[in-house]
Amino acid sequence: MAYVIKGRPLVAGCAEGEVLLSDKPLSFWGGYDANTGEIIDRRHPLSGQFAAGRILALPFSRGSSTTTAVLLESMRAGTSPAAILTIGVDTFYALASIVAEELFKETIPVLSLTPGDFERLENGDTAKISQSGEILVSTQSEE
Amino acid sequence: MSKRDHLCLSDYDRDLLAGESGPGAQMAMRIIVRMAEILGAERLIDIEAAHIDSSIYMGEATLKFAETLVDLGAKVAVPSTLNVSGVDEHGWRHWSVPPDWAEKALRQMRAYEQMGCIPTWTCAPYQTEFKPKPGQQIAWGESNAIAFANSIIGARTERYPDLLDICAAITARVPAAGLHLEENRAGQVLLRLMEVPARVQRHESFYPVLGHLMGKVAGEKNPVVTGMEGHPEWDQLKALAAAAASSGTVGLFHLVGITPEAPTLETAFHGNVPEQEIDVTMEHLREAWRELSTAEGRELDLVVLGCPHFSLAEFKRLVHLIDGKEKHKDVMFLVNSNRAMRALADEAGHLRSLAAFGGVMTVDTCPLATPMLSAEIEVVMTNSAKFAYYAPGLLDERVVFGALEDCVMSAVEGRVMRDESLWRT
Repeated sequence: MAYVIKGRPLVAGCAEGEVLLSDKPLSFWGGYDANTGEIIDRRHPLSGQFAAGRILALPFSRGSSTTTAVLLESMRAGTSPAAILTIGVDTFYALASIVAEELFKETIPVLSLTPGDFERLENGDTAKISQSGEILVSTQSEE
Repeated sequence: MSKRDHLCLSDYDRDLLAGESGPGAQMAMRIIVRMAEILGAERLIDIEAAHIDSSIYMGEATLKFAETLVDLGAKVAVPSTLNVSGVDEHGWRHWSVPPDWAEKALRQMRAYEQMGCIPTWTCAPYQTEFKPKPGQQIAWGESNAIAFANSIIGARTERYPDLLDICAAITARVPAAGLHLEENRAGQVLLRLMEVPARVQRHESFYPVLGHLMGKVAGEKNPVVTGMEGHPEWDQLKALAAAAASSGTVGLFHLVGITPEAPTLETAFHGNVPEQEIDVTMEHLREAWRELSTAEGRELDLVVLGCPHFSLAEFKRLVHLIDGKEKHKDVMFLVNSNRAMRALADEAGHLRSLAAFGGVMTVDTCPLATPMLSAEIEVVMTNSAKFAYYAPGLLDERVVFGALEDCVMSAVEGRVMRDESLWRT
């Protein structure tokens, strides 16, 4: 089945991809390999997964201030997620996309969801994000 | 005043945005205003100082960002200290740093110096003469430094990510949001230490272990701890803050009876009721202690101290432990700090003691920020919860967490030795 939710675009844009989801926050510094797009925080449930080109859904960023720099470098290297979805406003992820626009004229969408909408997402769903922040979620589950 | 959503900009802000102070300041202000809009801030406020975590070299993108700002003529408008760099500029050839990395990391260092930043090159700027004053509005990057400045000193900074700290320094303006505002500094989560014996609380590992636990349970909230005894030293509080800002998103915490904004429980919560209350027992602390190590067995390649950067007081304690001893030939012993602290330690005779022990020092960076370690190093021991948290992901190493005494003993013996009596049931 499919359903539509509305996110608040912190950085607007279009993207489509498979949802990679965790309810645990992630620091990109020490947590994301900008050369490969692998999640490398060995204490994180998504450790070993590749987020490049996928829609990464995390509640918020954790830890290091350098998260923004690593995400920016992954956008330059072409290994970043296609979009990032969070609960509430996470400035660290949004900033990387804003600076990428200044430097490379490229962005990835960063959207803020309500806790309820975030909880409906499941790993393996496909999400299609529009410029206005509407997200079409196609899911395998019967729900 | 022009209005953008809820955001009201001053004449100064609009002048910068219009490019009247040059294209570098214009780009910085454009980024500050975008962030203010995202945060729903109503205005920008002045800051008196900044600490720039953007100094860390993370690849072509961070170098391009820094050099773009320099090319556009950007200069910092407030005293701005620099965090660690991507390379020990005078010492990198002794290590496994690729020359191409060193060259680019050095270019990035020069770029931040050209913008007028102060070359402190440390993740512990609160150990320098540039430490902020209580109540001062500042824009600091570096998660451990943010938590320390807010919680231990009582200065006011939001958690600034890399790339935004330098924009704040160039414009001297930040969104009026987050931990800059009194109402967001109230405690939210209460951690009550339950029957944690004084001998545990006196132990040096208690602070990083409590910090690690605090970060995990607090998430994005401001934690408050009651039941702490004694008067912890700055280095102990430094270890606690760094741990909490690694396992969690903690930018401000209150220790009742210890930190400046928490003389009483009621003050710490601004008179509010805690959103959540957690009883912290020895069992919780033991679990947190166990989590900090990922290696098993006795194998050991490297001991790392100085995360955050080693202080003079820590040097004194270390020298007391290593004097008259020599480390094992198969284990490397590394202390991290910055160039100014190395000069002080040298003057005090501590570097002679470190060399006699067989230890080495690296300055202005650390193994987490520069690729200095060879791939043959597999097991690292440290007294830092922050290093223990990040080393497995960043360095692909297994890690053992122990007290300073344990680290020295292990370096001498050439294998992991820990006094575990407090942490094992």
